[in-house]
Amino acid sequence: MKYKHYIETILRKLRLAFMDLIPIIVVVVFFQSVVIRQPFPQIGEIIFGFLFVVIGLMLFIEGLEIGLFPIGETMAYALAKKGSLFWLMIFSFSLGFSTTIAEPALIAVAKEASEISSGAGLIENKQSIKDLYAMGLRLSVAVSVGLAIVIGVLRILKGWPLYYLIIGGYVLVMLMTIIAPEEIIGLAYDAGGVTTSTITVPLVAALGVGLANVIKGRSPLVDGFGLIAFASLLPMIFVMAYGLMWF
Amino acid sequence: MIDFAMDLLLVLFYTLRDVLPILLLIVVFQVFVLKKPIPHLKKVILGSIYVVLGLALFLMGLEKALFPLGKIMASQLTEPEFIGKVGDGTLNWMSYYWIYIFAALIGFATTIAEPSLIAVAIKANEVSAGTISQKGLRITVALGVAFALALGTFRIVTGTPLFVYIMAGYIIVIIQTIFAPKKLIALAYDSGGVTTSTVTVPIVAALGLGLSSAVPGRNPAIDGFGLIAFASLFPIVAVLGYAQFMELKIRILNKKIKEEDDAI
Repeated sequence: MKYKHYIETILRKLRLAFMDLIPIIVVVVFFQSVVIRQPFPQIGEIIFGFLFVVIGLMLFIEGLEIGLFPIGETMAYALAKKGSLFWLMIFSFSLGFSTTIAEPALIAVAKEASEISSGAGLIENKQSIKDLYAMGLRLSVAVSVGLAIVIGVLRILKGWPLYYLIIGGYVLVMLMTIIAPEEIIGLAYDAGGVTTSTITVPLVAALGVGLANVIKGRSPLVDGFGLIAFASLLPMIFVMAYGLMWF
Repeated sequence: MIDFAMDLLLVLFYTLRDVLPILLLIVVFQVFVLKKPIPHLKKVILGSIYVVLGLALFLMGLEKALFPLGKIMASQLTEPEFIGKVGDGTLNWMSYYWIYIFAALIGFATTIAEPSLIAVAIKANEVSAGTISQKGLRITVALGVAFALALGTFRIVTGTPLFVYIMAGYIIVIIQTIFAPKKLIALAYDSGGVTTSTVTVPIVAALGLGLSSAVPGRNPAIDGFGLIAFASLFPIVAVLGYAQFMELKIRILNKKIKEEDDAI
């Protein structure tokens, strides 16, 4: 009897995960059959892959709810109760920095960027210089994400309105765009988007909402969100500043 | 079959490596700073295993199914023969219309399946006590990404400078921020950052690179960038717009009720 219940729950969750992927299937099938009209390559492998995606998505969502969200909120709660601003700031910075410096997407982008810059003659075409440039790029993005989480957490504590900070950030991005070297602008804009990884986002969201829940006078909806926004804004400014330093 | 198992182990290893710094941070803080045991430790560990395993399977499946397919389709759609086939021989920005449609649809579809967005939608639904529906938020954000990618591919085809669009987008966001209901601003800003992660970025990158190498006069190194920036800006506009629309609807409704009351 008990097993039947389990199986039903799992089937229901699998169905939900499958529903999330229907749009992708529709788009792919439509374009392949109506627009491109070429035979499907390796159909067996693709169907197998989709099965993996469905099961993976189901496990991920289940894991979020029983693991990642609770741990994020528990830590936010414990750190707020401890009442030490210092440790809260250290935690926030480490969370942003450590998850970004190892981000594979960022490593790839930094390497690509160093190749392009040396190809364009902006930096010396020596391997050591290129490595230095790529490492510096990764460091500046990671530091900026760490600082972004720190500023975001401070904002929740102090109750500053988010839009002043974000609009201030936008104005800074615009000003930097005017003075930054043209070659770095596209990269800098994209750097904002790639920094927030799939495991960081739930943790950061849980941290923000958890803090806003604990602190008196903060609403989780108004004050709990906004950390991710900082984490996508600050890297743009830092990467443009980094470009200014080099070129 | 053995290949598959090996691939899975490799992906699992990479996922674990990504999770390691976070794990270390949490353990160090619990043991040395908070000095307290984690409540419901068993559940938390089980959940973390689910997350790592789920993400690994998800990425593995994407690698096998979606990414090659997305790349093939992006290159097929940008092939000169295909574009020549649908146009009337002379190429202008209109000749690429299938690409704009594809970009919009694939942007919408991949955003709906984006795990980070699902996480934020769950939280938003929870803290708003159900007033913000998970589906509603995800569809709104996905529409924003759809528009962003259509516009972004148009920009690559026409070769207009990136910063002009971004600046215009910022100005729209600033104006919307002034008028939008204050409660939803933070959520709207966050939705920009979460749209571009695991699923969307590789497909979008392939599309940008394929397109900028196919269109005459474009340089992939310069014009290939920027699609991700678009995809993180327009969801903000979409969510703010949705919030404004809902507020307007409620205001009109209230006005109607008031008028009816007055009539009585």
